[in-house]
Amino acid sequence: MEILVCIRRVPDNSENEITLNSAGNDIERDELVYSVNEADNYAVEEALQIVAKVGGSVSVVTVGGEDDEEILRREMAMGASHGVLLSDPHFDKSDGRGIAAILKAFVAKSKYDLILTGVQAEDGAAQVGGMLAAMLDYPFASLVNSIEVLDDHKLKIGREIEGGNREMSEIDLPCVLSIQTGINEPRYVGMRGIRAVASIPIPTHDASVLGVNPKAVEEAGATVKRLDYFVPVVGKGAEMLAGSREENIDKVLELIAAKGGLK
Amino acid sequence: MESSSAVSLVHSWLEPGRHLFVLVHLIGVASFTYIVWRRLVPLVRGQSDPRFDRPLARLGNLAKFWFGQWRHPRYPGAGVLHILIFIGFILLVIRSFSTLLVGVSRYLATQGPPSQIAYLYSTVTDYAATVVFICMLVAIIRRLVFRPARYAVPTRYGRVHTADAIFLLALIAVLMAADGLYSAAVAAGQFKVDQAGEQLAFLSLPWLLQLALASSSLAAIGKFCFAAYLVHEVTFYFLLCYRPFGIQFHVETSLFNVYFAKLSRGSLKPVRWDVPDGALDQAKSFGVKTFEDFTWKHMLDFYSCADCGRCSDNCPANKVGRPLSPRFLSIKARDYAFQHYPVFGRSSNHQALVGSVYSADEIWSCTTCGACEEECPLLIENIDKIVDLRRGMVDDGNVPQSLQKPLKALESRGNPYGKMEKKRGDWATSKELQQVCSVKTLGKSTANTLYFVDSVTSYDDRMQSIARSTARILANIGEDFGILGGAERDSGHEVRRFGEEMLFAALRDHNTGAIRATAAKRIVTGDPHALNSLRHDYNGLPPVEHISQFIARTKRAGLIHFNPVDRASDVYTYHDPCYLGRHNQVYDDPRYVLDSIPGLKRVEMERSRDRSFCCGGGGLMLFYESKEDQRMGVKRVEMAAEAGANVIVTACPFCMANIEDAIKVAGFEGKMSAIDLAELVDRQMVRNEWASSATSCAGG
Repeated sequence: MEILVCIRRVPDNSENEITLNSAGNDIERDELVYSVNEADNYAVEEALQIVAKVGGSVSVVTVGGEDDEEILRREMAMGASHGVLLSDPHFDKSDGRGIAAILKAFVAKSKYDLILTGVQAEDGAAQVGGMLAAMLDYPFASLVNSIEVLDDHKLKIGREIEGGNREMSEIDLPCVLSIQTGINEPRYVGMRGIRAVASIPIPTHDASVLGVNPKAVEEAGATVKRLDYFVPVVGKGAEMLAGSREENIDKVLELIAAKGGLK
Repeated sequence: MESSSAVSLVHSWLEPGRHLFVLVHLIGVASFTYIVWRRLVPLVRGQSDPRFDRPLARLGNLAKFWFGQWRHPRYPGAGVLHILIFIGFILLVIRSFSTLLVGVSRYLATQGPPSQIAYLYSTVTDYAATVVFICMLVAIIRRLVFRPARYAVPTRYGRVHTADAIFLLALIAVLMAADGLYSAAVAAGQFKVDQAGEQLAFLSLPWLLQLALASSSLAAIGKFCFAAYLVHEVTFYFLLCYRPFGIQFHVETSLFNVYFAKLSRGSLKPVRWDVPDGALDQAKSFGVKTFEDFTWKHMLDFYSCADCGRCSDNCPANKVGRPLSPRFLSIKARDYAFQHYPVFGRSSNHQALVGSVYSADEIWSCTTCGACEEECPLLIENIDKIVDLRRGMVDDGNVPQSLQKPLKALESRGNPYGKMEKKRGDWATSKELQQVCSVKTLGKSTANTLYFVDSVTSYDDRMQSIARSTARILANIGEDFGILGGAERDSGHEVRRFGEEMLFAALRDHNTGAIRATAAKRIVTGDPHALNSLRHDYNGLPPVEHISQFIARTKRAGLIHFNPVDRASDVYTYHDPCYLGRHNQVYDDPRYVLDSIPGLKRVEMERSRDRSFCCGGGGLMLFYESKEDQRMGVKRVEMAAEAGANVIVTACPFCMANIEDAIKVAGFEGKMSAIDLAELVDRQMVRNEWASSATSCAGG
């Protein structure tokens, strides 16, 4: 089975202190460290596990710049056979629909049986997977947390439903699935693996190679525009504890007890 | 070694069996040679391991640990028993061989030393055989009646080994009895012939048997002699050929195992001895994935394990119910070797060990505290094997999720917490510290001494107090010192011990460059893990000292003075951190410092110094979610309570983290406290007025 996983590079939540920039329209990006978007990493692991069972290969693709090669290589170190970078100055500020259109152009030029995305990017809106499927006219399922290959044309997929229920569905290939974290336990990518793929050339496709109309995907063509970006003001009912760790713990215990949470 | 008349008597008795005896000899020697040759097959396929250097140090080990049985008395009962058996065996070697030769040729047997020496030797060995015989009986009773807990086999590791042990002990007892009966028959026969002859040692086993034979006819005695000889010979060869099938193989392998034992404490073996560090990128595979990835010496360890259980008895992971028992690390590998490299039949190899022989949790459960290695009478190594197995797992991407985030953070930020590099030196900017001294960041400025802080002490709110105390101590003494600040990265001590060699190499290379750029003449650290890493994992650095050594040295030089403790009712105990004590042999300096504080009352825990009980492990081990019944730290604070202490002094930030948590978990909050040695010294030292204005501290 030929599987394509669409991945994205995001600031790592656990390794950054995210602050707003002075203009107030984005986060401060100096000194940030980036990682593969967590859900995308699960998607790659799932793809690798499927290929290990039924054969085939896994490719990873991202829309971005030179810096984004880093995550393609990391996923290649994990086991993906190919990495492709879709890069063009016109792609720099594409909205979700723009990204989906770029990916659609790439998919249309190759042949994939299965396309996976993470359920959402940590700084995203969980929209690319669905739009990509619609543009390709492929079946789509979101929030997938189990995949079983039934045959060359069908998958059995599971989804978690709010409230803890599970739903199993059958879906025809080719299709697009957005993968939920927790579907598997992604393998560790060590320094050795990363160094082993450090010099593999990564093909880069720009708008003309992909046959994408730059006007349709660039910032000007975006149909959703960001108006504001801020840290919400602490609302009523929220109390920030400002004491030492010990004091805070005591206070929290006291508060929980006062509400009847501790007996 | 009997007199010539006795020899002719014995030969007349043994003559009819001559061909049989020779045949048993031939079969015995041939079988043993074949079996040992087959046992060597995996060793030849194992990885290289250069252990042929430093012969004097190795002979010294042999004299101390093998011949001197150095570690045996640590377990007084079993230890004394073993020493007696060992001495007995050593003494009986010549007697056994000369007896064996009697059956082959009359000529060989008469070539003995002068009669007085022969008489002395025979008396001594009469007793030796008796002592070994009694020891066997005692050991059998011990195994059957007293059943020391450390011999028990948890069900997950298979059946108990009691039957094997008793079979072996019984065989040796039979050998001794046959030897005794043979000597008794010879002496009794001789007495019948000429009313004279050699005296057997009074009250020895042969002496008692001679008494029993005294009333028998000469012909009957002859038959006893023949039977005793045959039983002795067959038992001897059976034992010889049976030994390579189990724990008893250590009788042969121990000599080699001790001679080739690892000589350097605290260090780790390289990924592959035959691949230099720079060429690691080209190495096909990392660590141990299959049995053949072990080095030949590690395989010899497996053969040598005597199943005595001392390692697991001291293993903190085993004590708290983690799925790890160092004893079975060896026993399971040995069983694997016997099964896959059989004496008869083809060898089948190259099967993944983790997932079949070992579980992943088992391999991650080790804190590398070294208690097992400290205890092993045969100097079996476990840490290098654990780390090699982890290297194999890391190479296969088989790393617990809980460890992946800290490893990734170490890669991108140089610390397991994912904190910003530039905030690494922020602990030094606190107002209270700045009032006393401002800590230099080396780079633009220089200093004699580099204080290497490492990650936990730099970033953890609680441990920063240790850093500030350390800085105040250095300043108070007038030491010209500074830190690397944002240029410092994690020492990588745990990174390496968790099997991520290449990440460790990156951290090491970064730190080495940063440290060398400071031109500091020496390094001080408060973290024993950093100490061990800079000392044993790094190359080409200035000398490294732990802060406890530094304090003890300056105290001896009269540069530091202590105020008496405020609360005379407090009872202190010192917890030896594994990487300061066992791995770096610093036991006395921290105790000396404590005992220098007026009015401080100190007690020792039962498990202290080289038997210290690990608090739960440092670095990445804090992130690992182990399966255990109880925390190691809880056990440790209970030990402190048993010793009557209410203040636990330690000298390692990870010990502090584990012990402080454990005090709460164990319900000792308010009754017991923990303090780092540096914090205690900072609290008790007499402040030098001049220190705050000294140049050492004013650089900024």
